[in-house]
Amino acid sequence: MQVTITVNGQAVTREIEPRQLLVHFVRDDLGLTGTHWGCDTTQCGTCVLWLDGVPVKSCTVLTAMADGHEVRTVEDLEQDGRLDPVQQGFMNEHGLQCGFCTPGMMMTARWLLDHNPDPDESTIREAISGQLCRCTGYENIVRAVRWAARHEAEAREPEPAAAAGVAGVPAQSAPTGAGEAEGATA
Amino acid sequence: MTTTASPAESTGAQGAPGTTAQRMSPGGNPMGFGRMLRKEDARFLRGQGHYLDDITMPGMLHAAILRSPFAHARIRSIDTSEAEAHPNVRAVITGATLEGLKLAWMPTLSMDVQAVLATDKVRFQGQEVAFVVADDKYAARDALELIDVDYEELPPVVDARRALDPDAPVIRDDIEGKTDNHIFDWEAGDSVLTDQVFAAADVVVTQDLLYPRVHPAPMETCGSIASMDKVTGKLTVYSTTQAPHAHRTVYALVAGIPEHKIQIISPDIGGGFGGKVGIYPGYVLAVVGSIVTGKPVKWVEDRSENLMSTAFARDYHMKGEIAATRDGKITGLRVDVLADHGAFNGTAQPTKFPAGFFHIFTGSYDLQAAHCKVTGVYTNKAPGGVAYACSFRVTEAVYLVERMVDLLAGELGMDPAELRMKNLIRPEQFPYTTKTGWEYDSGDYPRALQKAMEIAGYDELRREQAEKRERGEYMGIGLSFFTEGVGAGPRKHMDILGLGMADGCELRVHPTGKAQLRLSVQTQGQGHETTFAQIVAHEVGIPPEDIEVIHGDTDNTPFGLGTYGSRSTPVSGAAAAVVSRRVRDKARLIAAAALECSPDDLEWEQGRWQVKGDPEKGKTIAEIAMLSHGNLELPEGVEGHLDASVVYDPPNLTYPFGAYICVVDVDPGTGQVKVRRFIALDDCGPRINPMIVEGQVHGGLADGVGMALMQAIAFDPDGNNLGGSFMDYLLPTALECPSWETGETVTPSPHHPLGVKGVGESATVGSPPAVVNAVMDALAPFGVKHADMPLTPAQVWRAIQGRPMRTDLAVT
Repeated sequence: MQVTITVNGQAVTREIEPRQLLVHFVRDDLGLTGTHWGCDTTQCGTCVLWLDGVPVKSCTVLTAMADGHEVRTVEDLEQDGRLDPVQQGFMNEHGLQCGFCTPGMMMTARWLLDHNPDPDESTIREAISGQLCRCTGYENIVRAVRWAARHEAEAREPEPAAAAGVAGVPAQSAPTGAGEAEGATA
Repeated sequence: MTTTASPAESTGAQGAPGTTAQRMSPGGNPMGFGRMLRKEDARFLRGQGHYLDDITMPGMLHAAILRSPFAHARIRSIDTSEAEAHPNVRAVITGATLEGLKLAWMPTLSMDVQAVLATDKVRFQGQEVAFVVADDKYAARDALELIDVDYEELPPVVDARRALDPDAPVIRDDIEGKTDNHIFDWEAGDSVLTDQVFAAADVVVTQDLLYPRVHPAPMETCGSIASMDKVTGKLTVYSTTQAPHAHRTVYALVAGIPEHKIQIISPDIGGGFGGKVGIYPGYVLAVVGSIVTGKPVKWVEDRSENLMSTAFARDYHMKGEIAATRDGKITGLRVDVLADHGAFNGTAQPTKFPAGFFHIFTGSYDLQAAHCKVTGVYTNKAPGGVAYACSFRVTEAVYLVERMVDLLAGELGMDPAELRMKNLIRPEQFPYTTKTGWEYDSGDYPRALQKAMEIAGYDELRREQAEKRERGEYMGIGLSFFTEGVGAGPRKHMDILGLGMADGCELRVHPTGKAQLRLSVQTQGQGHETTFAQIVAHEVGIPPEDIEVIHGDTDNTPFGLGTYGSRSTPVSGAAAAVVSRRVRDKARLIAAAALECSPDDLEWEQGRWQVKGDPEKGKTIAEIAMLSHGNLELPEGVEGHLDASVVYDPPNLTYPFGAYICVVDVDPGTGQVKVRRFIALDDCGPRINPMIVEGQVHGGLADGVGMALMQAIAFDPDGNNLGGSFMDYLLPTALECPSWETGETVTPSPHHPLGVKGVGESATVGSPPAVVNAVMDALAPFGVKHADMPLTPAQVWRAIQGRPMRTDLAVT
């Protein structure tokens, strides 16, 4: 069967098998391999992309179901050579290690911040609770999303937002020396 | 507020961290140790990582594996005719095909053999039975349905504790003369002395403990793309492997392909945790598939295949005994282990040690005698056993000793922190030789425990707990103190399949002063491309952004055994430091020639050799690099160019340690455990990149919470795997994990060139007993002393009722 899907702003038309999963269409037919798959049973969330502006697990969406709809993948986060604040946050707060869950996590984070620009820690944890990460223990993913929220707020209000004092997020984005060897960070 | 000696003082390292103010590179990165954002993130953040399944090759075919639905069955016949007739199928391979090629069996990393495809019997559910190569992955899966296998079911051995019963079915009748399911007996320590110590003890506590079978479950499953070029005879394999060089040698030995014609490429890996160390049948089958079809063949397992057939971890049934004086001096420790190794003995550890490093089970305590005995048995379960960030079974050892110490504290009516403090090895006892022969390199244990307790507010927590108990609320506080032995290891003691555990490293400084570092180890998310660039920057003064770290390609890196057992920084990190120092020493000779002075007149300062007393005269490493490639007349014995290579043979293991404290709240009505706080104090020596180190700790803590509360792979009486998907095998999400609290002390290793000790597995090793101890502490008012992991709501509820269950078997 033939489908026409708008992927990252561009309409693409392809012949597909009716049973094909959307994650395979995006990866294998379009070569957008930033979207991963990890479990096939809608548990792990490495395959999260946006369908009509909503994060979905693309391993349990048929390509045919996306016919006539809009898909956005991780490859679309960077715009005009500028990383999305969520991407910057993941880098600055070490929110990724192996990087496999990262695209899905970032797509959820982007959606969350679009709908709640100032989510607290528990809101972020709830938002990503349908997705698994085996490397980070989630702590730095939470910090990454808070980093993005803080910097997007600063971008909206050019006043010194440092005073906004985002609770629970240590100011760790500046390089720190190894001399501070001993101490606790919460 | 560093209070320990810096590595410069303790190891003689030059320009060590902490001794001078942080120097920054032109790119804003630390010229050495310090927080630096990761170089590898640029591609991962953009969805441009290059994982196995992202790779395609021209004409590539796709493969799938038919697996056994039974745990134990004889194969009467396999009919592949319908599958072969499928229009998109290019090859169907069975055990019979492989027998003709003498490839039906392959060696395991423990000197056993494993079936690549079953010929006579299937021995675990999920075992490989047939291999289909097709034009696309959907067709390959379709064709699996067309293969007809006639099985004769046999009684399985599911309960490891019955594996040695005289009437137990013999699983490995492929081994000539095999009449039982026994694999090995192994012991360490002094049994006679230990018996004497126990006989003289005031108090002895005994407890059966199960460390259940778990699976590392990296987000990316295992896979391989094999391409055999029939003209050149060259085999190229892209593979999800943590040990590409070791794999190359094994392929050569298994398939008889000359080793110089094999290239293993390990691309970006979506997590390994030990699950990508061994060689799986699918890897070998992809090679066979390519040989048979003449095309590149990709095989990628799905999640159920990953959970059911690739390396599991743990499965240790332990009987622990601890002896002490009435006033709380631990005198002896004894443990008898039944180790379930599954259907093939495929554990991955140094050859001498069939139980891995389990005999480090005396932990962090100074005692008089210890003895352990481990018996390995076959069962009708998947092979594996050493995986999942276990540091070669230090995980099981730490769990054993830390649970026994807590049980002893309960028996003595002592606070578990006080009991630990009383028995920890003292700083002045290092280097400390344990009762089972380990030589711990350095440590300050009491300080670490004290500091963790300060971060936690331990006394306040105990007060809060007492108040809550009066109100009928069940809060628990659990401690663990761990010592790991990592960085395997000295060649004379440690090898895998005869391959010594030393690692090569090469550094090439190009004429313009930019450098490439070639490593034998392979990152799976640990950030090697950043950390190792920092090591070189630290040693030779080249900015980390000007250093490319090359790894994961056997044609382009020196030989070494790979990344697992927290060995990359202890072994290859040392290699990178040593090779950098060789380059620096050579640069000194070249600089002296250029400056027309004696090398003795030069001093190393901030990436530059300069004349003592006349610092204006000097040469930067970049200037020296150009000189080394130019026409400067070099001193006798000095070759051109600025390169060096090394093979690093570690003199000893390194011994990171830490003190962990977990705070839980338990709902006795539902059995639900909530981890409220987790405090992790780690001492892994100096931290090259503290951001990465902390990230490693965070990940391991989540593993610990998962294993303690959620994760286990159990089997029903028929041998059906009950953890074969993420619906059944529960991993912690962001909701089960608290916000981790971390701390550190810094005790350098005296024998490592950088003083560093490795940290990749510390938290996975150290955290499970803290969680379990916390839950048991919470349940103490109910008289509960022990229940095996995972402490699911059902298990906790049953423990409160006085009947905790065995978590390796299906609940009946």
